[in-house]
Amino acid sequence: MLTKRFKLINESKRILSGWDSLMPKLKVSLLTGRTVDQGVGKEHGKLSEEYQESVAICHMDPEDIKSLGIRENKNVKIITNFGSVVLRLVKSPTAPHPKIVFIPYGPWASLVMNPETHGTGMPSLKGIPAEIEPALEEKVSSILDLLEEHYKRE
Amino acid sequence: MTQLIVKNGFVYDPLNRIDGEKMDLAINDGKIVGKVDEKKAKVIDASGMIVMPGGVDIHCHIAGAEVNTGRLLRPEDHFRDVEAKTAITRSGVGYSIPSTFTTGYRYARMGYTTIMNPSMPPLEARHTHEELNDTPMVDKASYPLLGDWWFVLEDLRDGMIKECAAHVAWIMVATKGYAIKIVNPGGLEAWGFGQNVRNIDDTVPRFNITPKEIIRGLCKVNKLLHMPHTIHVHTNNLGKAGNYATALDTMKCVENLASDDKPVIHITHCQFSAYKGSNWRTLRSGAEEIAKYVNHHRHVTLDLGQVVFTDTTTMTADGPFQYGLYQLTGNKWVNHDVETETSSGIVPFRYRRKSYVHATQWSIGLELGLLVEDPWRIYLTTDHPNAAPFITYPRIISWLMSRNARDITMKRINKRARHKSLLPSIEREYSFYEIAIVTRAGQAKSLSLTQKGHLGIGADADIAIYNINPELVDPSRKYKAVRKAFENSAYTIKNGEIVAKDGKIVKSVRGKTFWVNPQLSSPIEVADDMKRRFREYWTVEYENYSIPESFLAASAPISVKAEV
Amino acid sequence: MPVVSHVTCPVCGSFCDDIEVIVKNNVITDVRNACAVGAAKFLDYANHRNAKPLVRKNGELVEASWDEAVRKSAEILIDATYPLLYGWSSTSCEAIRVGLELAEEVGGVIDNTSTICHGPSILSIQDVGIASCTLGQLRHRADLIFYWGCNPWSAHPRHVERYTTFSNGRFQKSTWRAHVSRLGGILSKKRLRRAINLVLGRDVFATPEISRELPYNMFQKKRKMVVVDVRKTHSAEAADYFLQVEPNKDYELLQAFRMLIADEELDVDHVAGVPVETLNEIADVMIGCKLGVIFFGLGLTMTEGKIRNIDAAISLVRDLNQRTKFLIMPMRGHFNVAGANVVFTWQTGYPFAVDFSQGYPQYNPGETSVIDILCREEADAGLVIASDPVAHFPKKAAQNLVKNPLIVIDPQTTPTSLMADVVFPSTFVGIETEGTAYRMDHVPLPLKKIVEPPSNCLSDVEILQRILHEVRRIRSKRK
Repeated sequence: MLTKRFKLINESKRILSGWDSLMPKLKVSLLTGRTVDQGVGKEHGKLSEEYQESVAICHMDPEDIKSLGIRENKNVKIITNFGSVVLRLVKSPTAPHPKIVFIPYGPWASLVMNPETHGTGMPSLKGIPAEIEPALEEKVSSILDLLEEHYKRE
Repeated sequence: MTQLIVKNGFVYDPLNRIDGEKMDLAINDGKIVGKVDEKKAKVIDASGMIVMPGGVDIHCHIAGAEVNTGRLLRPEDHFRDVEAKTAITRSGVGYSIPSTFTTGYRYARMGYTTIMNPSMPPLEARHTHEELNDTPMVDKASYPLLGDWWFVLEDLRDGMIKECAAHVAWIMVATKGYAIKIVNPGGLEAWGFGQNVRNIDDTVPRFNITPKEIIRGLCKVNKLLHMPHTIHVHTNNLGKAGNYATALDTMKCVENLASDDKPVIHITHCQFSAYKGSNWRTLRSGAEEIAKYVNHHRHVTLDLGQVVFTDTTTMTADGPFQYGLYQLTGNKWVNHDVETETSSGIVPFRYRRKSYVHATQWSIGLELGLLVEDPWRIYLTTDHPNAAPFITYPRIISWLMSRNARDITMKRINKRARHKSLLPSIEREYSFYEIAIVTRAGQAKSLSLTQKGHLGIGADADIAIYNINPELVDPSRKYKAVRKAFENSAYTIKNGEIVAKDGKIVKSVRGKTFWVNPQLSSPIEVADDMKRRFREYWTVEYENYSIPESFLAASAPISVKAEV
Repeated sequence: MPVVSHVTCPVCGSFCDDIEVIVKNNVITDVRNACAVGAAKFLDYANHRNAKPLVRKNGELVEASWDEAVRKSAEILIDATYPLLYGWSSTSCEAIRVGLELAEEVGGVIDNTSTICHGPSILSIQDVGIASCTLGQLRHRADLIFYWGCNPWSAHPRHVERYTTFSNGRFQKSTWRAHVSRLGGILSKKRLRRAINLVLGRDVFATPEISRELPYNMFQKKRKMVVVDVRKTHSAEAADYFLQVEPNKDYELLQAFRMLIADEELDVDHVAGVPVETLNEIADVMIGCKLGVIFFGLGLTMTEGKIRNIDAAISLVRDLNQRTKFLIMPMRGHFNVAGANVVFTWQTGYPFAVDFSQGYPQYNPGETSVIDILCREEADAGLVIASDPVAHFPKKAAQNLVKNPLIVIDPQTTPTSLMADVVFPSTFVGIETEGTAYRMDHVPLPLKKIVEPPSNCLSDVEILQRILHEVRRIRSKRK
């Protein structure tokens, strides 16, 4: 009985991973941090376009971009256990760093961060396992849309 | 301003040679006066109680970068000792490194009204003063650390004593400091590269000067500037076996700078510099030798640095010493070097009765206190919090006043230490009069705080009243009653107002911050030179280094006319 | 033209104090000596200002009088059983002092942004201590400088130039010139390679493997800079050596160094993706230096291991002190986050996450820290000052913050202020208001007032005092 269930699970896993292969998806490690652009954009004001341009992005290794089969400046969706977010793809200026995706601090990055503090008070903001996939049809939310969608009170 | 009369107390006012006389004190407008209108004044009945000037602490680490890092380092120190907010007081925590408000309240409860923060890195002086602004109830001042400051080292190396005096005068004003503090002279500069100096004749690496030259130089500077206090010295080799010789060398090296019987050097927390022997196993007391020297030379004052068996936190500017302590204990260790000026270190520490070394340290402190004959030149401190937190003062008072109290503690300490201790051979017991000297009058005199430490007409009305009757209580036998009385004053009067009563804060007041403003004949030249060298020496701008007087919540400058 | 000199820059933890600001008719027209971020601060601070107090009515934020906003705020705080007062790292120590008094008065929890940046570093310091110094000590003496899990080029742009590798000290000189010539070499090599690739039709994007061998200059006696990171940041390019570590493997690497410093041998060939021979060489460089320093950033505090990473780093430095002099310092982010810790500590004994609900300070990060309180949905009101948690907290925490009554004190409109119930327009401390702040190495410096604030804005200190005063007034009336 038990072995049968195992088999079933394995089978479904196989099928699922088969599905996955139809759509290019990449398992990556997510980092967040500061950039000069983010620092400057922040000083322009959190509602400014400069700010959105500087933080609603993700930096990827050129090799990884290729394996996703898309080009720079297209949108991608990043999915973690804690949420998902659509961001503009930027070729990393600091490559090579295969399978590492960098997002500047900001409201967009926060949507996919891990709130677990492991008793330290500190959420996990770097090295979060994530999946990334092309999202050519989807738009990057503006800050106001983002607030409306995720933080609106009942 | 309210008028007060303190009636019928036994007054101990050693500076005015009043020894337990039953008398009244009149207070008007924050000062002691000859007389007030008895109908209008509030009367405090002090009959059967002791009346003393408010306590003065010449050396306690209560504010600033290193103290605060000590607080941060030790949450476990705070958990067991908390003070809740009341309608009058702010909340806080203890134990060995209390938060600022709690520090002020606890001193006030013990009847202390003036306290000196002895270790201020000049670059971080702003921090010290921010904390002093938040330390209520007491008047206070800080000593900037100058013994390893590059300007001092270079000026003295080049024999430029007047320039050195001008630089020191500048930094007193810039940092709002009160006295020249010297810690392990030369050793802290060497510690910048992990080295140290071995004795007062060793050369400071890269600076071609010896600790002796630094001590003598700053002693001369101190005299040229007419500073109110002497140089305040934490000796080289502190906390090492055999260092009593260094302490004696340090005192001797300024012997010929003294004149008319006036002290020119203060050796602080002397207990830590009074060790004989060649290592911790062979440690013995050097108190006898030091006391003998001090008894024959009037140019030295000391404070005790008395150890009490408890869990505390050691913190000094002596970076290499603290590193040694870390290696000895394996406890957590903080080091903080300050560019161009000094260093510091912190290590939590527990003094244990059953440890030979700790018990010997305990004994040495009391031996010093009892063997130095002139109470005007030795003061009661614990180098708070290095040898114990300041709240242990009442216990030390009971040890000084009672052979019984000493014997009881002796019975419980390490056996070998007990056999080697000199204490059993010492009969002396302090009187209340002598206690008043070592806890206030002597310290105020040494600091030249003319308004403090006495109850003469014109003095600040800072008064402590303790509920113990010297006619009925024999302190030698009833030492527990003495301890209890000194733990919580019956009344503490600050600036003419009752601020604490029976161990409760009844009014929160802000104390003043004293600082010395030396008046030079030509200050400008130095400022230009400072500005030129500033960017090379520090990572901050000249203009941002000095603290404006308005930064002090209650500034109390003391002008002195310098000889340069 | 009026130039205001020696201005401190209210942006990052480097807290440069040599900025010159040119002011014309109460408008800042130019900034000298500042980095890009600092310049942007001084030139663009006036954008998206909160102009008037706002109070939420029928779901909309509408303009209100100061009195109304203050009263509403006081009521929110009084009616709450467990209010949360958060932010503090981008305001003055003077404001933080009032904030602590307010938190104590309302029996709330007060936390500052170090809880989500160097909180683990502080916990680690409380476990093992720290051997550190002021930055000038390093400028004068350090000949081996590590930047570990931090990127000064982006986060503290003038750090290297003012305090470390490219600064001139008494015993150590700047290596700027050597760096420039080396950079030239690297650039021409890159160009050459690109040309060859083009000719041979190779993939232009293909970047070469990172060399693991220590370059020659790492063995010279002069000043050296090493960057340890998971990716080759701009700072890494300025370094003499870049040590690439696999993500979440810093702990292994640090412990490996500790073993090597203790002359033990490692039984593996690689640690965290780095060959052991390389580690051996670096360990020798560490032991051989006169004064070494490790600056560490969120690359250590936020990744797997968190406080254990810092424990290991501090312990490594401690061990190294038996062989030479070595120090370590966290790279603090906001210009006054160190100050927030300092003021919290002197008033309460604890550096962040202080809970006043029992009438005295309590501290237990993981329990009394803001993210945990929010994720457990315990807080029932919030006051946010000079911070933008909606932008920077993980979604779940931010959601639980904005669902409660929320007071925001901020000069600018932010995602958080848009979600608030009361918004106070404050002045910019360091531009429009004076104050005190602490550099990352705990050196206190003054914040300057350069221009007059807009007429309707008040300083953080004044706003907090008004709220505190109102809280006390309403309380005494209710009694």
